[in-house]
Amino acid sequence: MQELMKARAAALLSEGKVNRVLGWAAGEFVYDVTPTVFESREELERDFVYSPFCGANLSKYLVKEARKEGKILVFLKPCDSFSFAQLVKEHRIPREKVYAVGVECYGKTDATALRSLGITGIVGAAEQYGALTLNTLNGERRVTVAEAMLEKCKSCKTKEHRLCDELLGEEGEPVSDCSRFEEVEKVEAMTPEERFAFFRGELSRCIRCNACRDVCPACTCETCVFDNPASGIAQKAAADPFEENLYHIIRAFHVAGRCTDCGECTRVCPQRIPLHLLNRKFIKDINEFYGPYQAGDDPETPSPLTDWKPDDVEPGSAVRKGGRA
Amino acid sequence: MSTYRIREERLPALFEETAKKRKLYLPTDTAEGVAAFLPYREGMTLTASLNTSRSAKDLFFPQTETLADFKVSGREIAVVDVREECEDFLLFGVRACDVKSFEILDRVFLAEPVDSFYKNRREHGTVVSLACASPVETCFCGTFGIDCADPEGDAAAYRWEGYYYFVPLTEKGEEYLASVESLLEETDDGPVWDAKGEIYRKKERLPLKSLTTEGFGGERTKELFDSEKWESLSEACLGCGTCTYVCPTCQCFDIRDFDTGRQIRRYRCWDSCMVSDFTKMAGGNPRPTQKERFRQRFMHKLVYFPAENEGIFGCVGCGRCLAQCPISMNIVKVMKALKEEKE
Amino acid sequence: MIKDSLIPGVAAVASVRADTPDVKTFRILTPEGKKPFEHLPGQCAMLSVPGVGEAMFSITSSPTEKGYMEFSIKKCGCLTSWLHTIEPGQQITVRGPYGNSFPVEGALKGKNLLFIAGGIGLAPLRSVINYCRAYRENYGKIDIVYGSRSKEDLVFYEEIVGEWQKEEGINVHLTIDRAQEGWEGHVGFVPDFVREISPDTDRTALVCGPPIMIKFTLAALKELGFTEEQVYTTMELRMKCGIGKCGRCNIGSKYVCKDGPVFRFDELGALPDEY
Repeated sequence: MQELMKARAAALLSEGKVNRVLGWAAGEFVYDVTPTVFESREELERDFVYSPFCGANLSKYLVKEARKEGKILVFLKPCDSFSFAQLVKEHRIPREKVYAVGVECYGKTDATALRSLGITGIVGAAEQYGALTLNTLNGERRVTVAEAMLEKCKSCKTKEHRLCDELLGEEGEPVSDCSRFEEVEKVEAMTPEERFAFFRGELSRCIRCNACRDVCPACTCETCVFDNPASGIAQKAAADPFEENLYHIIRAFHVAGRCTDCGECTRVCPQRIPLHLLNRKFIKDINEFYGPYQAGDDPETPSPLTDWKPDDVEPGSAVRKGGRA
Repeated sequence: MSTYRIREERLPALFEETAKKRKLYLPTDTAEGVAAFLPYREGMTLTASLNTSRSAKDLFFPQTETLADFKVSGREIAVVDVREECEDFLLFGVRACDVKSFEILDRVFLAEPVDSFYKNRREHGTVVSLACASPVETCFCGTFGIDCADPEGDAAAYRWEGYYYFVPLTEKGEEYLASVESLLEETDDGPVWDAKGEIYRKKERLPLKSLTTEGFGGERTKELFDSEKWESLSEACLGCGTCTYVCPTCQCFDIRDFDTGRQIRRYRCWDSCMVSDFTKMAGGNPRPTQKERFRQRFMHKLVYFPAENEGIFGCVGCGRCLAQCPISMNIVKVMKALKEEKE
Repeated sequence: MIKDSLIPGVAAVASVRADTPDVKTFRILTPEGKKPFEHLPGQCAMLSVPGVGEAMFSITSSPTEKGYMEFSIKKCGCLTSWLHTIEPGQQITVRGPYGNSFPVEGALKGKNLLFIAGGIGLAPLRSVINYCRAYRENYGKIDIVYGSRSKEDLVFYEEIVGEWQKEEGINVHLTIDRAQEGWEGHVGFVPDFVREISPDTDRTALVCGPPIMIKFTLAALKELGFTEEQVYTTMELRMKCGIGKCGRCNIGSKYVCKDGPVFRFDELGALPDEY
């Protein structure tokens, strides 16, 4: 797949169809790949990688990249393509400036999860038939891909792309047994006190690095309210122990209806806070209140939260349900 | 120097005894799989991870702390000094890299005028380091002349064949070991050397072992500042604070006021040169894009800090940024790219 | 416990003088009516209004002024706007002094001096000018080139006209950006005015003003034959701690709050161009 992508990118570059290529570059070891813009065949040849560790969603970079001269090629995994479609829908990315190439994905690997399994000193890896062979400082280790998947991949909703100009590899299908709301249901089943304690516990680890916001494709405000000194709630100002909680709650509200559930927030959290739970609760509620809706599914359908219909539920419904939607 | 030892299964007893006399912090596994220094509770064990997710600096330089309270009544202000003498505490199991980071923090906070908040904790804290039996791929403390087999601190601990060995290194360390003497037995230092030998063998296999600081330092300020590499290196940077907050040597802070309703509380909290408003003024920003902010962080560690501190670099090679940067950009990649350019 | 630099002392505003439409000069004392602390010309202090903010300001009064301390502050942000609303009797907090100073007892001693200021940039230089006036015998000829947008925007106008201009050996050259009624003096920007005046190159220059004015003034001085070693300036970057620890006011390895704010241009030239 990697070679196929490299060749296609190089061809489009030399044909002049695109000017730059947004992909992933290999790192020092095997898991530390970095989103990178490639400008030549040589750069692609030297650094381009598509591996089990390419979990990073490249869509948000397009907001910045598409402002530059020329056209950019971007490689999108199925989940990434929803973010891209949503950003196009929000007019954050001019569609014509981007050449989107969908690439197949069967779930990406989480280096942190590998470490949690006691696999440390990873310097190399190979994937075959759903299994990973890891080359470590202490010898070879094997795990199944499923054992060390990124949180977001465990609850993959579909392997089918949105809004791409072309696809490399085979197009997948929606995941029929997607269980992404199960975790939300567990939280909903808690008593309000338990739930409060649960989130307080999880969010208490937050260090306000703001990585979740900075990586989030739905967070594209030119100046975030948490960066505005005049707002009184500017970032890193953990003035009281509830500060971080509010930050996450406000953020969840702000991306509600726009969050595609790409799961980047949880992937990047250095403190391993399951941030996606907040967003997924909103998604679940929206589905239940307004009918099934998937942000980034298509460029036309208005978001239920920004569209008013006479038969919309009353705002009080959520309260009446006591949060147990 | 005397060497003491205790059987591994007796460690809980050692922790119990230690915690009776002072507050004890252990690197331990939390339920969420994040290793952290936490106050000792009965039954707490050492983490199996090599290092904690956040660094040990937290214990001396907490993320948020109150500097002073102000009582405002009408046009009058009363400053309330809220400082208290810190209680004695002991940090057990600090790795060589983190121990070295204290020296770097000392150079900032203990330089005149002394930061009394930090000094207070330093004076009341005892550091028992622990040699790294299994350094991992992200380790590069050796680059900065740090020996993970021979950590500094008030006392150093080594794990070898079912025992923990302790060597006091300072008066504080002697005093601590004396306070738990009843649990320790005096022994010769042979096993300590065996433990070190084994670590040296493992260090040979580390992928970053050949990374050097050659080409960095104060004398190359302009050349490195003007490097064209910053543009591409910083391209994917999200501008979040992860690297700075998990870094044991990053110590930038902000000072802010908070109205508690009863008084104005002035507190300081960690800040990051990576974030957009760090140097923003009413009249403009000397670091307008992520490129300048990104460059600042690495220039500080590799050039500015050594320029003012006898060549000592502001990085200890703990590898936290390598493991935790959301986009896997880090100081090792920066060093290699800048070196490549030079060649 | 030892004193901590980050914990400020209380100061009371003794008087407020409106210098220009957006600059006010605050005289401050301790609650006991004394000068808060001693300082050197060019040094700064952190002023704060609890709950509003804290910021670094240059001390405008001369160290030779034993009874009080003055700060001339331009309204431009949150804290400064708040300060502009206060009246005498209001307490604020102060800590300092911070940073280095102009070398009045070193390199400047015995020299002919050329002060060049734009707008509020005269505030930090006023401390030096009045220090030199107090020890007049230690310095040679003094020329002061000062410009602002308009006549109303010239700070310390009364003092300039009433005291400085009347003193022997001191030449004051005033200019405003655009001609206006009731102004018979020079009209034009400071750097051009410096070229016109064409001061002798045996002088040591002290320059302060907006970054753009500093840049063009330095160019003008160089054209006239001045070297970078002859020109001093004082810098301003965002500061929080004032003691070289919080990490934001650095230019390369130097902290403006601790190693500055006064820099000689050749020193500044050796640092990365990021200010």
